[in-house]
Amino acid sequence: MTATLDLAAIVQQHGGDPTRLVQILHDVTAVAGYVPPAAITELAARLGVARAHVEGVVGFYSFFSSEPRGRYRVRFSDNITDRMAGSEALCQRMLDAFRIELGEVSRDGLVSVDHTSCTGLGDQGPALLVNDRAIARLTPQRIGAICSLIRGDVPLHQWPENLFAIHSHVERRDRILGSTLVPGAGLAAAIARGAAATIAEVERAGLRGRGGAGFPTGAKWAACAAAPGPTRYVVCNADEGEPGTFKDRELLMNHAELVIEGMTVAAFAVGAQRGLIYLRAEYPFLVAPLGEALARRRAAGLLGRAVRGVAGFDFDIELHVGAGAYVCGEESALIESLEGKRGIPRNRPPYPVTHGYRQRPTVVNNVETLAAAALIARDGAGAVRDVGTPKSAGTKLLSVSGDVARPGIYEYPFGVTVRQVLDDAGAVAAQAVQVGGPSGTLLAAREFGRRIAFEDVPSAGAFMVFDERRDMVAVVENFAWFFAHESCGFCTPCRVGTTLAAQMMTRIATGAGSRRDVKDLARVAGVMKAASHCGLGATAGAPVVAALEKFRPAFDHRLRSLDVLPTFDLDQALAPAREATARDDRAAHFDEEGP
Amino acid sequence: MTDAAATFQLDGHDVPFAPGQSILAAAQAAGHYIPHLCYHPEFAPHGSCKVCTVKVNGHTHASCTTPAHAGDVVESATDELTQLRLNLVQFLFTEGNHFCPSCEKSGSCTLQGVAYELGMTTEHYSPLFPDRPVDASHPDVLLDFNRCILCELCIRASSIHDGKHVFALSGRGITKHLIVNAATGRLADTALALSDKAMTVCPVGVILRKRHGFAVPIGQRRYDQQPISAIAGEPPDEEGAP
Repeated sequence: MTATLDLAAIVQQHGGDPTRLVQILHDVTAVAGYVPPAAITELAARLGVARAHVEGVVGFYSFFSSEPRGRYRVRFSDNITDRMAGSEALCQRMLDAFRIELGEVSRDGLVSVDHTSCTGLGDQGPALLVNDRAIARLTPQRIGAICSLIRGDVPLHQWPENLFAIHSHVERRDRILGSTLVPGAGLAAAIARGAAATIAEVERAGLRGRGGAGFPTGAKWAACAAAPGPTRYVVCNADEGEPGTFKDRELLMNHAELVIEGMTVAAFAVGAQRGLIYLRAEYPFLVAPLGEALARRRAAGLLGRAVRGVAGFDFDIELHVGAGAYVCGEESALIESLEGKRGIPRNRPPYPVTHGYRQRPTVVNNVETLAAAALIARDGAGAVRDVGTPKSAGTKLLSVSGDVARPGIYEYPFGVTVRQVLDDAGAVAAQAVQVGGPSGTLLAAREFGRRIAFEDVPSAGAFMVFDERRDMVAVVENFAWFFAHESCGFCTPCRVGTTLAAQMMTRIATGAGSRRDVKDLARVAGVMKAASHCGLGATAGAPVVAALEKFRPAFDHRLRSLDVLPTFDLDQALAPAREATARDDRAAHFDEEGP
Repeated sequence: MTDAAATFQLDGHDVPFAPGQSILAAAQAAGHYIPHLCYHPEFAPHGSCKVCTVKVNGHTHASCTTPAHAGDVVESATDELTQLRLNLVQFLFTEGNHFCPSCEKSGSCTLQGVAYELGMTTEHYSPLFPDRPVDASHPDVLLDFNRCILCELCIRASSIHDGKHVFALSGRGITKHLIVNAATGRLADTALALSDKAMTVCPVGVILRKRHGFAVPIGQRRYDQQPISAIAGEPPDEEGAP
């Protein structure tokens, strides 16, 4: 029944390479359900690294644990859109079925239930992960079926396949989603044009990074190509961790060859020999299809030695799976993770284009950026330049979710108004839209005339809609805890500030907040913005600050009139005693008038 | 161009620097104090505490990891930056369990010294009171994790200087914590020796020699005599023990 854990074989499979540690820990977890302390000791010895290093990596990633978890490890996606679709009640139903608390393992070791940050299924939530499979469109019936399968100890590969179906909801196609690519066509055009001219074409197209920051792609490629050294890398950032974003999922599911073509074009342009796709662990259903796409392209001579017959153009791509860490979407943290380390953003300069993966020149591009680059290579700059705005050329994929009739992927030319997207998606009585996810921009109804573009409202792809029924304080509280959970902990402002902000938001949301909490929220957000090491901390306070400015009444009506409230709640402190004595009568409560 | 006499402006003073030198290192060398915690001149800076944050040409940067450039206009001793640093130090006090009157490092503690320098009177935020058991397993060394500010100096000293990797980090975010390199998790089972560099670099009271307590009476210690800003750049008077 229980497979034996053969660490020697696993380490050998990965060539004894300590930079493969994250992948090794996935293999260990797949067999043992967790990473036993004895395995940590043995892995360190076999890989020739300090034990504490392995322990530190296990402790960093949400999907690894050095303590036993259930044989069935259930993780409910805890994004605000999952909650709006009823995830909390569904999670409770499963907890009740197994008589466990959140975070606990059932006594027989069968099952554990936890929360996880957004799983990238916002168009078909609520969603959960069980071991290395994802299940969307949860209903009480589906939860009942899952509980029965777990209780019967049915191996996952024998579960009905339809449980694992991931749907594709493309609601609007444009340049990218409407394209059909003959594999190799973009690459052929790039080779005909030459490396330098390909970079120039990407620059001429005005292509900017689609991961949110908007750095000019051509400039990035040019800097990498110019960096000294014989070895270069191209990395596809498929970490798509921003809550409410799922457009890369669609691209990798149905346009994988376009993305891989973009990577290969980038490799040709900068002179790279190796490519890596950093795929988030929440997308396990993409591992096999991506592997097949890579194999197809190898067979077609589009990857491997002498790609497309060009002597000296040797390039191949490997897949690397993340392990539940949002910060790894930051390109230097992603590189650290690729090297088998804790995903801590590096100090810059030097930048990855000169000192990236293994300290070699490295291009890191978002999935959507690479797809656009493939089209530019094939069709020239005009392929994207002819739509969009002067500063934001081309199209943008939006992941629309929340209170809309038609959630899904919408591809628009840059410059589309928020209102247009809302109308197309069938939003009724929207009071707010979170563009670009928690680290993006919170817009109130009076701002729906603003445009999705780098120069107005930039977006990493999320577009979460909240109608008038929604409590914006609860929305922002969810975001605050998201950042607290995902802070890497490297720098003081983000490590401590995200937790303080989240605690204050909960105090306010539960009616225990004071005006001092509101003041302190702004203060903490200011410290995080000014002093944080990377974008996670710098933007962590943004939703709170925006909500305080735009939805102030929702905060004020929850505050008690006192300026300062004691943080110690006497009545709450009696709760454990009440539970222990099974009492809940009036005399067991403390109230303002006295006991 | 102006390599021979390259300078930047720090709060109106001309500060010379060598090519590649950080703003903090150049300022220290010129006798200007910029508050800091995780910086140590013998190790490569990594910029995690952010207490040394300054404004360079209007933008905030950690001065320990930011190379100086000729003509940079750097602000440090402004009300705005003092407030920012005060909040960061308050964050650190809030995060750990810091009870100065009962701490063996009181008076020689960099965190306490910087807090005094910034005029901190309370920690302001609701303390998190983390549960951090001490490790007294080692015959000669006590580890009191309650005071750890995660500066990583012991980690850097042990790996880079001592070649031992005795210390490392695990966890993430607010659960990030110092660990030691042993399957038992106990310091006694690591290769730590009293002569290690890692024994001497802790800016707070985490790594303590046993049987050395109160060798110097409180009131006569390093920062009891002079504020931290007055003795910046001088080497620590006594290694390890207060």
